[in-house]
Amino acid sequence: MLKVSEITINELAPISFELAAGECLGVVGESGCGKTRLLRAIADMDEVAGQVCVDDLCREGVSGADWRKQVALLPAESQWWFDTIGPHFSDDVDFASPDFISLGFGEGVLNWSISRCSSGEKQRLSILRMLANKPRVLLLDEPTANLDAENTRKVEVLIANYLRDHNAAAVWVTHNQDQLKRVASNRYFDFSESAMVAI
Amino acid sequence: MNSLISLSAYDLMLAALLVLALAGLSARMQLGITQQLTIAAIRTTVQLLLVGLVLKQVFETAQLPLIILMMTVMLSVAAWEIQSRQKRKIKPGWGFGVSIFSLFVSSFLITLIALLLIIKTDPWYAPQYAIPLLGMLLGNTMNGIALGMDRLVQTAWQQRAVIEQRLMLGQTAMQAIAEIRHESMRAGMIPIINAMAAAGIVSLPGMMTGQILSGTEPVEAVKYQILIMFMVTAGTGFGVVAVLHLISKRLFDTRERLRFDQLLVENNKG
Repeated sequence: MLKVSEITINELAPISFELAAGECLGVVGESGCGKTRLLRAIADMDEVAGQVCVDDLCREGVSGADWRKQVALLPAESQWWFDTIGPHFSDDVDFASPDFISLGFGEGVLNWSISRCSSGEKQRLSILRMLANKPRVLLLDEPTANLDAENTRKVEVLIANYLRDHNAAAVWVTHNQDQLKRVASNRYFDFSESAMVAI
Repeated sequence: MNSLISLSAYDLMLAALLVLALAGLSARMQLGITQQLTIAAIRTTVQLLLVGLVLKQVFETAQLPLIILMMTVMLSVAAWEIQSRQKRKIKPGWGFGVSIFSLFVSSFLITLIALLLIIKTDPWYAPQYAIPLLGMLLGNTMNGIALGMDRLVQTAWQQRAVIEQRLMLGQTAMQAIAEIRHESMRAGMIPIINAMAAAGIVSLPGMMTGQILSGTEPVEAVKYQILIMFMVTAGTGFGVVAVLHLISKRLFDTRERLRFDQLLVENNKG
């Protein structure tokens, strides 16, 4: 479903892979090795040689904005620009939906002020904000870095359910070997060897 | 009606003494503006005397090519001034072009409209009207344009992570910087809006004061001042709109990616 061809990040060998619907590819590597740049290239946030397609639709086929609605990148640090949580979501989002409940939020979160949210709360809310767009592909840059063990598990379950229910695919960058085994479907990309590794 | 009292060189020297006294005081108290102050005072004397001589020549001959040459020089200097007021250095060729274009819209076209349709001078390029009008417009709209441009580039740079986050959520480039554009438009327009609101109560605008000093009847002077205010406001507004449009287009590429490398000189991004 997701087809990444010959993405070439600076000095690295071109990267190509395909993901099936529901599949999650793990990505590991040292800091600064190009993990974030790979995700940014797939989301078409940087000018990078190579091609990315979702089913029959390749990135040049739609505007940048429309591409990123389908191929969503979750940055390591989420950004918020209004004073409260509510306006960052579209009007039709249900703050009492099972997704919100599952990550420990409810109706009231709408009026929470950004300055009073912890980094963990912001991280979980940014995941919900991304999923509200119903993207086909999730590009997750250490999505649980600021979370405790319990919330980490909840996020992993939420993402797994989303991939299954929406026939979506994910690329999941992590530093944690245990998490890698839990979330990756059957293989991961190791930047230090520039190769796919089976689990 | 009292006629103009001519100032002698001696009168100006008295005024200069005040500035000198300030420079002396600043030197004594080590306030560190003595040098800047002195240079600026000398510059204003030399520049204004020179422009007086040039204007005398231009008014007497009233030749169109000479007037256009002078206007072009004024426009270019104003554009350069806008560039030099930017905190983040925009690529020179491109930034200069944007400034020239926006000043052309804000000052040149507005002056032309005033001369042809409102004041109806004869000939339309009568330098006694054309040059001071353009000068007033350039001086005032230049401020708004410089402020608006600086705010847009500066805020976009500071909030680049937010802009990219919004792009990642599937917003278009224009949605992602909508608030920054509003803020920049406000920054550019607030000085002239405040000036209109305070005119006559807090401050007597310079041109009106000048006309009254030179013996024009106050109501006539007021009418000209209102005309100038409206022209400056419209000019600043159109000029800032032009700048916001051009700069925000340049901030992004055709794939709606944030591209400061297209806009800024390489070594001032940090």
